[in-house]
Amino acid sequence: MFRQVAHRLLTRSTTNHSACAAATILRPYSTDVSTDASSGDSAFVEAWKKVAPNIDPPKTPIQFMEPRPPTPSTLPSKLTVNFVLPYAAELSKAEVDMVIVPATTGQMGILPGHVPTIAELKPGLLSVHEGNDVKKYFISSGFAFVHSNSYADILAVEAIPLDRIDPAQVQKGLSEFTQKLNSASTDLDKAEAQIGVDVHSALNSALTG
Amino acid sequence: MASTAAVPFWRSAGMTYITYSNICANLVRNCLKEPYKSEAINREKVHFSVSKWADGKPQKPTIRSDTPEA
Repeated sequence: MFRQVAHRLLTRSTTNHSACAAATILRPYSTDVSTDASSGDSAFVEAWKKVAPNIDPPKTPIQFMEPRPPTPSTLPSKLTVNFVLPYAAELSKAEVDMVIVPATTGQMGILPGHVPTIAELKPGLLSVHEGNDVKKYFISSGFAFVHSNSYADILAVEAIPLDRIDPAQVQKGLSEFTQKLNSASTDLDKAEAQIGVDVHSALNSALTG
Repeated sequence: MASTAAVPFWRSAGMTYITYSNICANLVRNCLKEPYKSEAINREKVHFSVSKWADGKPQKPTIRSDTPEA
């Protein structure tokens, strides 16, 4: 499967080479494709009219979908955040000034007008800044999607406000997993112990920082 | 040509992302204060039955459950 991906990546990049260009299938990026399909697929509608001119062509699924909201030409002043968990929506279309998410590449600040991004999140602190209020949550893991119209979707598996964390449990877990890491033999044991150490040290720094 | 993207340590140890994410979530839930901890553990309880199929017929199902047998 990865061999195919690598091959496609190569053919996409070599558009200058004439021999490869003929074999390259040029697919448009999703932002270039028109998202307003309310009139339906024109080729289908024409073919239908030839066969059954008196009957209206049926609607296809894409006509029932709302078109992608257009990217505003001026920079919006607020970021709209959808912060969701599998069992509840923490924030639903909340207008905020800034969100700082714990991406695997480090703490990432998202402001209105941020470049569209997909970020994988690591266990860490998420803070939502609205005026002078800052709400902090500890996230176990998840993803953050920033769209071009200044909408941010943050998906997390577990998100807990900091006052619900039990410091004694955190210390106990940290020492337990550090011990397990030292005594681990198989790769899988080592990985699990490493995850334990990472999560508990992130919890620790969230409590103290 | 092999892709040279750096793999996370759990991926190279044979773990999938879902397993990693679930382990992280369980560890975080364990560090909650009461009563939130018992609420979270209750929320995540599952009860389901799985059966393998052979020759187009289901074999004996196994029930996996976090709720004690009533």
